Amino acid sequence: MINYFKRNISLTIGLGLLIFLILFTVHGLLTIEFKQAYPLAVRPKQPPSLKYLFGTDFFGRDLYTAMVVGVWQTAIIGLLAGAAGTIIGIVLGFISAYFSGLVDAAIKFICQILTPIPAFLIQVVIASSIDKRDVTIITMAVVVFLLSWMAPTLVIRSQVLSMRERQFVAVAKLSGMNSLEIIFKEIFPNLLPFIAAAFVAQVFQAVFASFYLAVIGLGPLREPLLGNTIWAAQSQSAFFNGWWWWPVGPSLAMILILGSLALINMGLDEMANPRIRNKE
Amino acid sequence: MFVLKRLLFVLLVVWSASTITFFIPRISDINPIRERFAELARLGGFSAGELEKIVESYSKAFGLDKPLMQQYFDYIGGVMTLDFGVSLNKFPKTVLMLIAESIPWTIGLILVTTILSFVIGNLVGALAAWPLSPRWVRGISTSFILFQGVPPVLLAILLIFFVAFKLNILPIAGAYSIGTVPDFTFEFILDVLRHQVLPGIALIFGSLGTWVLSMRGMGITIQGEDYVVFAEHKGLSSYTIFKDYYLRNAMLPQVTALALALGNVITSAIVVETIFGLPGLGFVLITAIRSNDFLVIYGIVLFITIAVAVLMALVELLYPLLDPRVRQGQE
Amino acid sequence: MEHLLDITGLTVSYYTDIGRAIALNQVDLKLKQGEKLGLVGESGSGKSTMGLAMMRMIKPPGKVEGGSVVIGGVDMLQLSDKEMLKRRLSTISYIPQGAMNSLNPVLKIKRQMIDAYKAHYPNHKLDQILQLAHETMISVELPEHVLEMHPHELSGGMKQRVCIAIGILLRPQIIIADEPTSALDVVTQRQVIETLNRVQQKIGSALILIGHDMGLMAQSMDKVAVMYAGEIVEINDVQTVFTSPKHPYTQALISSLPRLQNRGEFRGIPGMAPSLYRLPSGCRFHPRCNQQQPHCQTTSPRKSIFEDEKYVTCHLYEAS
Repeated sequence: MINYFKRNISLTIGLGLLIFLILFTVHGLLTIEFKQAYPLAVRPKQPPSLKYLFGTDFFGRDLYTAMVVGVWQTAIIGLLAGAAGTIIGIVLGFISAYFSGLVDAAIKFICQILTPIPAFLIQVVIASSIDKRDVTIITMAVVVFLLSWMAPTLVIRSQVLSMRERQFVAVAKLSGMNSLEIIFKEIFPNLLPFIAAAFVAQVFQAVFASFYLAVIGLGPLREPLLGNTIWAAQSQSAFFNGWWWWPVGPSLAMILILGSLALINMGLDEMANPRIRNKE
Repeated sequence: MFVLKRLLFVLLVVWSASTITFFIPRISDINPIRERFAELARLGGFSAGELEKIVESYSKAFGLDKPLMQQYFDYIGGVMTLDFGVSLNKFPKTVLMLIAESIPWTIGLILVTTILSFVIGNLVGALAAWPLSPRWVRGISTSFILFQGVPPVLLAILLIFFVAFKLNILPIAGAYSIGTVPDFTFEFILDVLRHQVLPGIALIFGSLGTWVLSMRGMGITIQGEDYVVFAEHKGLSSYTIFKDYYLRNAMLPQVTALALALGNVITSAIVVETIFGLPGLGFVLITAIRSNDFLVIYGIVLFITIAVAVLMALVELLYPLLDPRVRQGQE
Repeated sequence: MEHLLDITGLTVSYYTDIGRAIALNQVDLKLKQGEKLGLVGESGSGKSTMGLAMMRMIKPPGKVEGGSVVIGGVDMLQLSDKEMLKRRLSTISYIPQGAMNSLNPVLKIKRQMIDAYKAHYPNHKLDQILQLAHETMISVELPEHVLEMHPHELSGGMKQRVCIAIGILLRPQIIIADEPTSALDVVTQRQVIETLNRVQQKIGSALILIGHDMGLMAQSMDKVAVMYAGEIVEINDVQTVFTSPKHPYTQALISSLPRLQNRGEFRGIPGMAPSLYRLPSGCRFHPRCNQQQPHCQTTSPRKSIFEDEKYVTCHLYEAS
């Protein structure tokens, strides 16, 4: 086990970063005053100091508190949208691959038509059609999820299709198992590594998409979501005014989040597909 | 036949995108015209009673009183002829005019950065997997994969912080220095280029990681292929093998991947533009979002969708020039 | 007569996580100009390693650990990498096993012949090269327009002929053909081997045909070398190998061939080829040998040399 982690460096570093982020957030959530993540709570425009670890912004928010809440909210969006996208992907992928024929053709066709449409732009349309006062963390998750089920559907579909041709499925069929039994007892367990990889990829996509939406001002404006903080800093020309800590802190936090997810994803890929393994 | 099929696919993609943008706002209870004028009313100017009248007359002008199906067909017809309506904010400018004014900036940025990041990324990825590259080359090029976790927007903010803010060698934002008059003098062009350096670097390096990673995977597969081994038996120099046998074949799937990534490429460019306050499509989009100028938002979204769909079809049509096997299959 | 090819003490090992695998152990082989040798043995016996070592194409984790490959007085293993690059294809050429995928799918056949030629003679004129390419195509019985085609437009047999054409393009002194027919159907196999024989005669080079099809060897080779677990256990003329094989392994191999006389009676060789990581002590074949003697387990047999560089490595023939 430990040896495996030594060999799969990207998985190890990625998981390490993730654990660090979780500890940071959990510790933060237990110690902060939530109020300070919202406007008019502390003295505005203070650079980082011992009192205000990451400084405070123009509106009088403590940026450390804002970051703890922001990472927490990012996690909620990522996990909700990621899980929903993966589950829909699994269900549609299985239906498509297992029952084939017309159903398969229809699902595949819809996915193919929707794939070239830049998902982010459609998310922009949806997000801008919602009354800005109604936007919450949950609606963000829903908006992001609406356009992210195609990729896992196609991945799971192709995996199930290739599984179906393998010998152990043929053996199960010959031994008299019915389709449902084969799906749940034979194919599903073998798909777990792919499902795990698809889930991590989905979470990455969801975090990424919600971040982009927030950066251009389509996030829940009152929440201290990382992208929102950057948007607010940009709107107040933070760099021109010398408040560099305002946008830089949340950017670094986002890099850690996306970086750890990308590394974990690479590690899982390596696990599921040993051919890419480094041959050093 | 093949061309026709591709064309049909483009039309289907554009049709579904415009259907989505048509129905989504109508499902929500927002009336874009009322939103816009309510905002103006808040700023003062006219009373609430007048507002309803104005909204009504504008709705008529935009054809919102017609039956839904009629509206839908008008809308689709408009999209297919690139008529996205007019801007509420910058009336009487049409959406297409706004796009036309801003798009040269965006196209310039995207073209240069996409080509550079694609070329550099694939070369670095190929070197990372090539068994004959020196150890240090392989080490450095493999570490480029780390850029995968740093999307262009975040790289942009860090670059602004370190290069523009701390070191103060390049401008923080804008397309040209405040106070200069746009014309075609050497100084002005140089000034514009100076302002494009940071956005360019952010976009190139922000999308590099993906290319490096996928090319490295391809390279590892290709280097074991019989034709690469036979090329060595032929006594070819490692440069020729790298260029004509290894890189050329490993590039093929990457070209397809580029077509699929176009949507992301444009998205990233637009958001980076807003970070740097460049006057491209991204700036028009973010202004429209701020001022509830809905037709402009939808127009830009549809315009980009059309562009992506057409470009993807073009790549697929040109792909046989690179891969003779596909040429055969088509005939 | 001088020997064209003189291999002595060639040793190749592979180093992996499990340990050292000795793929070739002290192999000697001599060949005259124009001679045709069949190299046979089970898979894993070192046939292909032998071919690759002669081309100096052993890659890590493999390593050539000793010996010499002298062709026309020059030891290939002592050349610089750059000089060796020039020798490949022009002095010694290798026709690969997987002809199906051995041609670059995106380049025309013409391009793939030209770049091979240009790598050795960068200053020659293009029409001169094309002239030679045409002639070579005709000599492997392919229509000239194949030059203008891409690999995917050719059948398996045609691709194999193209590989042969590239292999003989520079008239090498030695041609190594590594199971050139294994992916082809029986009729095409015969035709390709006949072509190979004809061009070999025409350009007068020595031919080493690697394979395990004894029938093919019997028909067209002069000599046969039998390999077992990284060693050549016997080299003899075709007739002798088939009519009175010396080494117990060769005997077993020959008697396992189906013949008209012994229909129904079909014998394999008992036991399995040993792992190259854990070779048996003494003679490597002793655990499977039906003529085993007590000292076979402890001491390795020496070569018993007959006339004309033929030999057998077995205790039974050691002159006491």
